[in-house]
Amino acid sequence: MEEPSATEPQKVDRGDDDDDAVIVTRALTKRYRGGQLAVDTLDLTVPAGSVFGFLGPNGSGKTTTIRMLMGLIEPTSGTARVLGRPMPRATRAVLPHVGALIEGPALYGFLSGRDNLARYDAADPTADPRTRRKRVAAALDRVGLTAAAGKKAKAYSLGMKQRLGLAAALLQPRRLLVLDEPTNGLDPQGMREIRTLVRELAHDGTTVFLSSHLLDEIEQVCTHAAVMAQGRLITQGAVAELAAGARGRLVVTTPDAADAARVLKEQGVADVAVTDDRVTGEVPDGDRELADLNAALVKAGVRVRGFGAERASLEDAFVALTGEGFDVAG
Amino acid sequence: MSQAETSAVRKGRGEPGDQPHQTVSRRTTLRGTLFGLFRNELLTTFRRWRTLALLAVLAAVPILVGIAVKIETGDGSSAGPAGGGPGSGGGGPAFISQISNNGLFLVFTALAATLPFFLPMAIGVIAGDAIAGESNAGTLRYLLVAPAGRTRLLLTKYATTLTFCLVATLVVAISALTVGAILFPLGDLMTISGTSISFTEGLGRALLIALVVAASLTGVAALGLFISTLTGSGIAAMATTVGLVITVQILDQIPQLHALQPYFFSHYWLSFADLMREPVYWDDLVKNLGIQALYAAVFGSAAWARFTTKDITA
Repeated sequence: MEEPSATEPQKVDRGDDDDDAVIVTRALTKRYRGGQLAVDTLDLTVPAGSVFGFLGPNGSGKTTTIRMLMGLIEPTSGTARVLGRPMPRATRAVLPHVGALIEGPALYGFLSGRDNLARYDAADPTADPRTRRKRVAAALDRVGLTAAAGKKAKAYSLGMKQRLGLAAALLQPRRLLVLDEPTNGLDPQGMREIRTLVRELAHDGTTVFLSSHLLDEIEQVCTHAAVMAQGRLITQGAVAELAAGARGRLVVTTPDAADAARVLKEQGVADVAVTDDRVTGEVPDGDRELADLNAALVKAGVRVRGFGAERASLEDAFVALTGEGFDVAG
Repeated sequence: MSQAETSAVRKGRGEPGDQPHQTVSRRTTLRGTLFGLFRNELLTTFRRWRTLALLAVLAAVPILVGIAVKIETGDGSSAGPAGGGPGSGGGGPAFISQISNNGLFLVFTALAATLPFFLPMAIGVIAGDAIAGESNAGTLRYLLVAPAGRTRLLLTKYATTLTFCLVATLVVAISALTVGAILFPLGDLMTISGTSISFTEGLGRALLIALVVAASLTGVAALGLFISTLTGSGIAAMATTVGLVITVQILDQIPQLHALQPYFFSHYWLSFADLMREPVYWDDLVKNLGIQALYAAVFGSAAWARFTTKDITA
């Protein structure tokens, strides 16, 4: 959308931390015709150089947000700035620096993988046709599709299509990569390759905006994350901080589970639960030394095979935040 | 995208304060802007089986007409009044009776036979699919984030559709000329006005007629493109466009609608026969081109207004 929109305010709110941000939205809202509020006053800040995980159940407004950031959908109100420029007004200047994989790959089945990339490259007015062949080959190589480059895309498996979609996002050196569910349809080996690729790109200084419903995936690669539910932002921040918000659990592995549970309760550990030879409970507060608990167990004759505190996962944090699992929002 | 827009982008990127920190130098080249996508679009369109099948059907029409005429006049006598021929219906010119005397007339007959339905249907398929088909396949979002630019993409699609109009018409004409040359004698020919012109001039007129026929399709092309921006289903856009073509052709035959008919895009289509008069009768030809320009302007603007403000959710 090239036209200046009425919803674009002239005054731009830029806080101190926004100067370094690759994506900044302020009160970004999208109400579809029919009244459905897809995104509700979203304030998102994606720091430069981060691998930013964008989490949320299906229907929580992730894709609508991404489409607004890419200039495909006009916001109802609020602003979105990408690489410091307002969207959707500055699509022409911003998007050549952005690689995107949105809601799965879309390909021309009757064209080969190579020709698909050449077409997307030709659509970019800043792409140099003289280097096209070389850049297409490099992108294919980067996602491991060189051998299948001449095959028609309709003969590709879902995983190969996903790789080709990623290759399209990598046709040029990018400052921002927006990857919507990038490991969808990939086998475990493929998922690992993508994670490695994301880390490499981030290492080269590309900011990666990664939406996923796979929490452990986000936890493995992301430095920052935001959680959405029902169109609203629930939280955002560094992954380590988010996970720290949820408390870990004490785990004791022992053949004498019943005794262990009794001793732990006596020692004041709350929420003790027994599953086979695992006894778990809440990690006691601050000043209590875990080693003392272990000593108490041993003193009571409990044969301890394993003892330790399990770090809280992002999933625990997520459940703690939303109070529920990944249900589709109604 | 126009040159003005290109320079606007350059100027826009130079704004102080708005410039991203580590600027990767990447300029919008005029060549890439104007021709890169168009060339790729042409390649993509003409590599589609569907496009080739449409062209094959169009090429088959003159072959069928030529063989039919050849069989009818197989005893060596000159053709009688072939009243049932497609060229003689709907107020079209009666070129068909002259084919057996001169193969060049097969070109005129074939164009007159394909212009009312086959050609506009083929254009309807290509134009209707232009945006809606990309939307249907999901490729539209990737073209737009490339970023193809909405205006630039729309212009590219229209230019490609117009190229297809020209190619489709030339396919009919060349197929007809080839079949005509194989099955029938060639030579000097008679115009509708009764004067005689040389074969070379006849060829020139045939080419001119093919160009006029191609130009007659620009209105349908714009209409199809507009419909294509309204829906996310390629099939629906194609069907609607082709349906409209047929409806308008039928309405054009209803006498009660006489007052409206001059505004139908197909009303002056068969005026191309006036190029075979001596001197050429320009009135209806000019009216035809005027109507096409009007349709292109109105529906082109509507398509632009719609497409540049549309939320792309597919």
